[in-house]
Amino acid sequence: MASAVEVKEYPSEPLKCWDQAKNLRKNYYEDYLHAHEKGGLRWAGGAWSFSSIPAGLGEDVYCITGEPYGATVAFFKDFASKCHDATEAAGFPRTLCAYMRNYWGSILLDKYVLTDGTVVDGHPAPDFIWQDHICCSHAKWYQLVKWLEKKRGKDVPMFSVDVSVGYPSDFTPEEDYKVDYIVGQLNDGIEWLEKVTGRKYNDQLLCDAVWNEMNATSLWAEVCALNQAVPAPLDEKSMYSLYVMGTLMKHRPECVAFYQTLRDEVKDRVKRGIAAVSTERFRVITDTQPPWGFLKIFREMEKYGAVSVGSLYTFGLIGMWQYLPDGTWIPKPVPPKKPQTRDEALQTIVRWTMHKPEWAHFYQPELKTKMMESIVKQWKVDAVLLHYNRGCEGLSVHIAENRLGLMEAGVPVFPFEGNMGDERDFDLTGTMARLTAFFESTGLKKLKE
Amino acid sequence: MLKISWVFASKNISEKSFIFAIVELYIQYMRREDLNLIEDVFQQFREWIDNRHEYAKSWKEKNQGKVVGYFCTYVPEEIIYAADILPVRVLGSHEPPTVTEPYIFAMYCHFCRDCLAQGLKGKFDYLDGIIEGQSCIHLRQTFNAWRLHIPIDYAHYIHVPHGVQTRHATPYFTKELDKFKESLEKWTGKTITNEDLDRGIQILNRNRELMRKATEYRKLNPPKITGLEAMEMTLASQMVDKREHNKLLEQLLQELPNRQLNRKADIRLMIIGSEDDDRVFMKNVEDLGATFVVDEHCTGTRYYWDNVTPMEDRLAAIATRYVNRVPCPSKDWPELTRVQHAVNLAKEYNVNGALIIQNKFCDPHGIEIPPLKEALGQVGVQTYPLEFDVTVPWGQFRTRVEAFLETLTGLEGLF
Repeated sequence: MASAVEVKEYPSEPLKCWDQAKNLRKNYYEDYLHAHEKGGLRWAGGAWSFSSIPAGLGEDVYCITGEPYGATVAFFKDFASKCHDATEAAGFPRTLCAYMRNYWGSILLDKYVLTDGTVVDGHPAPDFIWQDHICCSHAKWYQLVKWLEKKRGKDVPMFSVDVSVGYPSDFTPEEDYKVDYIVGQLNDGIEWLEKVTGRKYNDQLLCDAVWNEMNATSLWAEVCALNQAVPAPLDEKSMYSLYVMGTLMKHRPECVAFYQTLRDEVKDRVKRGIAAVSTERFRVITDTQPPWGFLKIFREMEKYGAVSVGSLYTFGLIGMWQYLPDGTWIPKPVPPKKPQTRDEALQTIVRWTMHKPEWAHFYQPELKTKMMESIVKQWKVDAVLLHYNRGCEGLSVHIAENRLGLMEAGVPVFPFEGNMGDERDFDLTGTMARLTAFFESTGLKKLKE
Repeated sequence: MLKISWVFASKNISEKSFIFAIVELYIQYMRREDLNLIEDVFQQFREWIDNRHEYAKSWKEKNQGKVVGYFCTYVPEEIIYAADILPVRVLGSHEPPTVTEPYIFAMYCHFCRDCLAQGLKGKFDYLDGIIEGQSCIHLRQTFNAWRLHIPIDYAHYIHVPHGVQTRHATPYFTKELDKFKESLEKWTGKTITNEDLDRGIQILNRNRELMRKATEYRKLNPPKITGLEAMEMTLASQMVDKREHNKLLEQLLQELPNRQLNRKADIRLMIIGSEDDDRVFMKNVEDLGATFVVDEHCTGTRYYWDNVTPMEDRLAAIATRYVNRVPCPSKDWPELTRVQHAVNLAKEYNVNGALIIQNKFCDPHGIEIPPLKEALGQVGVQTYPLEFDVTVPWGQFRTRVEAFLETLTGLEGLF
C-alpha cells in the first residue's frame, strides 16, 4: 500500500462573511416572492441586463434574474428533473439552454424554488420583463416567459435591449454610434417603464444604482485579484456563493457593502497567509458555468491538493477588468465622478458595460484566450479545466478555439463535457476518472481518500 | 397525349371544329416546348447547385474578379455586387463534419460545422474573402474558425443589429454598412459610388421580385412548381451571379403559366424552420404524394420576400430592408412577428399541414416551436416537428412523415 504523500499545509479558516452572503441571497429570492405583499413591483430578466435602470422606479422594485435562478434549480436535481420533463412535454427541444428550460419548467409546474431547496407552490409572475440580448437565447428566453405567462392569464409587458455591437479595445474610445444605439434603447426603456408601471421615474435613484453597479463590479474584480496570492484565500466553489450577489443585485447598495466587507476580509486573509484549501499545491482555473448539480468535483480535486482559484467566468461575468499597456490585467477602477443626470448615467453605464470581459469572447476567441492566458500567468495557474458546457451556447462559444489557443501557449488543458443545468448530460464517474488520470499525468498523487 | 386519334377519328367534322382541333394541337405542342424549357431551367438550377465550385471558379476567371463567401442571409449582397464582387453562400454537404471537432464544439448546429468542414476540406479554396452578417453565435464560430485556420485574404464581420424591432436599429445598421463599404473599398481599391449601389440594389431587387413571382404559382392547385424545385431555384440564386439567374427566371416566368404538373396536390404542405438545403428530404417527402407549396426558410422565401425601397441615402435604404425583412428568429423579439408571417403564408397558400424542422441545437428556432405549432393550429394547420442533423435518417423519418400525411388525408381514421 502506497504511503500518504506529505505536503505543506497552510492555515485555513472559514470566511467570516459567509453567513452574510447566504442571508443576502436568501432574502433576495424571498423579497421577489413577497414583493406584492409589500406593495412593491417584481421584474424578471437576465443577470446581464442593465438592472440599474428599473431601479429608478423606486426602492421597492425587486427582481429575479434568470441565470442564477436556473442554477439554483439545477443544484436541486430532483426539482430540475421535473422542470426538464415539463418543458419537454410542452414541446421544447431538450438541447436548448438549460437555465432557460429550468426557468420555464418552474413556470410550467407553477412552483418556485428557494435557496435552501424549499419548493413553494405558485411561480410568482413578474410585473414586467427587463432583459438584454447578446447570446441567441437571451431575449428569446423571456419572449417565451411572456408567452407562457399569457397562458396563465397574465399579460406581462417585455422590453429587451440589444447590446450585440461588438467589443471595444481598452486602448481606443468606444465608437459613439454603438454607444448611442444602446443608450437610445435605454432611454426608450425608461419611458416604457413609466408607461407600463404607471410610476414616475426617479433619475436620482438611477444615478445611485449606476454608481452602485460600477462600484460592485469593480470591487468584485478586486476580490478576485487578491486570489493571485499563494495560497489562494478563496477557492472557486466558495466564490460561486459570493459572485452570485453581483448576478442578482449588482445595482444595490447592499451588494456594494457586502463586496467591501468581503474585499477587506480577503485582503486580511492574504496578509495572514490563510488558505481556502490548506493542502494547496496545484492551481487550476475552470471555464464556463460548472455542472451545478455536481459541485463535489471541486472537493474531489482537493484530495489531490488541487484548488481552482477561479475562472474567467467567475472573474469576468460580473467583475470589470482592464488591460494596462504593459499587458497586466487589473480590476477596472471606477471613474472619478458619479453621474449626476439621466444622460450621464446612461452614457456611463453603457460605456462601462461594453467592456464586460464575458462579452468579449462572444465576438473573437482570441480575446478570451488572451484573458485566460493572463489569468494563468498572473494567478500562477498550473492547468485549465475547460467545461464544454452543453447547457450554454453563450459561454461555450469558441471554447474549442480557446483550447487550441491555450495549448499553443503551452498551458496544460483538460476538457470535459457536461451541462450546467441538466444532469442527464454529465457523467460524474467518467469525468472524475479522466480528471484523475490528468492529475496523475502531471505528477500529482492523491493526498487522502 | 396529343389526342391526334381523337381529331381524325371524328366523322362529319365541321370547319370550325377542325380549326379548333388544330389550335388545340398547336397549344399542346407548344406546351411540350414550354415543358422542355421549364425542365431545362430547373435542370440548370440543379447543375449550378451541384457544380457550384466550378461555376464560381469559372466566373472568377472569366470576370477576373473576386469571389467572397458568406454564411447568413443578413449579409447585404447589394454592397458586394456594387463592389463588382461575386457573393456565394457557403452551405454544407450533408456529410458528417468530422474535421471540425477541434474548432467547434459539437453541441453547435450541424449547419455551422458542415459549412466549416467545406472550408477545411478546401472545397472553397477559390474564395478571396469571407463575410458574415451577425445572426447567431453558431455561424459566428464558423466565420472565426475560417478566419483563423483557412488562408483567406479578407474577412469582415458585420454587427447586424438583433434588436430589429427598435427604432434605433436602422440608423445604427446604416453606420455598420458604411463601415463595411469602406472596408470593401480598402480591400479592392475601388470606390463604391451611388451608381454602384443602385446597380447592386437593382440586381438583388430584380432577383427577389422574380422569385416572388415564381412563388405565386405555388398558390395554384395543383401548383406549378414543386417544393424541391422552389428550393433549388433559391439555392441557385445564392450560388451564382444573380444577373444570370435573373435571365433564367425571366424565361421561367414566361413559360410557367402553361405548365401542368402531373401530380396530385391533395396534400399541400409547408416547411418551416432553420436553414434547410436538404434537397433529398424534399424529394423524398414529395415522392410520398405531398407537395410543399410554401416554405419559411432562409434558403427559401425568407431570402427573397422583401425588396430594398430606394432612398436618397442608399445605405440607409439597404439597412431598412434588412431591419424590416422577415426576421430570423434570433432577431425576432419581443414580438413573434415571424410566427404571424408563417401563419399568413399558410393561409395564403392554402396549406393543410406543416413540417417544422429544427436543426439540432438551434436555440432561436427551437424556442419558437410551441408558439408556432399553436398559431398554425389555430388556423387549422396541423404541424409535425422533425429534428434535423447533418444527415437525415430517412428510414425513420419516412414512417413518421407518412403517419403525418395520413392524419392530413383523414386515413388515420381507418385504423
